[in-house]
Amino acid sequence: MQRKVRDNKAWFLVLPVFILVAFSAIVPIMTVVNYSVQDIFDQNTAYFVGAEWYREMLRNPALLDSLGRQFFFSFSVLAIEVPLGILIALVMPTKGRMAAVSLILVAIPLLIPWNVVGTIWQIFSRADIGLFGYAVNAVGIDYNYTSDPTAAWLTVLLMDVWHWTPLIALLCYSGLRAIPEAFYQAARIDRASKWAIFRHIQLPRLKSVLVIGVLLRFMDSFMIYTEPFVLTGGGPGNSTTFLSQALTQMAIGQFDIGPAAAFSLIYYLIVLLVCYAFFTAINQLDKAK
Amino acid sequence: MNWMAWTGVTATFFSVIGCILIFMTILEIKSPSLEKKGFLPIATTRGDKLFISLISAAYIHLGFLAFVDTVLWVALCISLFWSAVVFRWG
Repeated sequence: MQRKVRDNKAWFLVLPVFILVAFSAIVPIMTVVNYSVQDIFDQNTAYFVGAEWYREMLRNPALLDSLGRQFFFSFSVLAIEVPLGILIALVMPTKGRMAAVSLILVAIPLLIPWNVVGTIWQIFSRADIGLFGYAVNAVGIDYNYTSDPTAAWLTVLLMDVWHWTPLIALLCYSGLRAIPEAFYQAARIDRASKWAIFRHIQLPRLKSVLVIGVLLRFMDSFMIYTEPFVLTGGGPGNSTTFLSQALTQMAIGQFDIGPAAAFSLIYYLIVLLVCYAFFTAINQLDKAK
Repeated sequence: MNWMAWTGVTATFFSVIGCILIFMTILEIKSPSLEKKGFLPIATTRGDKLFISLISAAYIHLGFLAFVDTVLWVALCISLFWSAVVFRWG
């Protein structure tokens, strides 16, 4: 469908935001681009190396491993948190005092700062003094996240699920509350099963909030840093070293500004592409409405 | 501007991007674009096509850097060709 745009001057209203974003985002990104093509020794000594850092970073097995881990982590998180969030939203009470109580209880993990979440789970999961770690070992499962990569992965995943599933649950809860009662009445007249109501009424109506929820969770999990850093420090070995941590080590730990800048931009391009895909999906959904 | 560690190449790169954006803005004010559906899966405006072309160019260049050892001029030519295709039939 084609629409003739009559007046485009409203775009000038966006100018103040553009100037603000220029200073908060565009100038820093330009600086990172400048760093990514130079070998920087100190503040006054830098040599132009062209695309060499990009070539090196794209063939660096350790960083590519981190990138793979990052994707696997994000997809695992989404695969668990989205269905679980929907389920929680479906069973949450909708009326009375219990509705308010359950909303507060569900929202509590979202209010805790990232580093505190890491610390909570670091203690909670310890096999010697942590309630969770001790309980798992007590039932006969050998669990120690400081030495076993699988246990470390599961703990990081569990921590993220605990921390962020409430976001999906609350988004879905608000989406479910927005469905008019008439839809449910019609379903009752048709003697629709609970599954049919979910499949044909609730899920289609949750589409918009779910797209936003998935976008937020993908972005956040794809850029995760603080929680695994506090919980496992990226170990054992490099098993839970995600991209942000690998880049921080490279940029601040080793002061390899050029290579870190090059990989940051690759990281940024991935995020940008995913954002654009979601943005397009949201736009398509709006048009479909 | 010294803190931004400019080089001639990056200055040229951003100048070109800046010029394209200014040109597209003027063009959009003078003759607002219409959403059209081409071979791309979504209906796109001129701005969408520019964004798709730029991000495609970035990925084409990264692909060349990752898998091919030839000079980047080849990637640039492919990117320009792809951009032309997107603008004409996208």
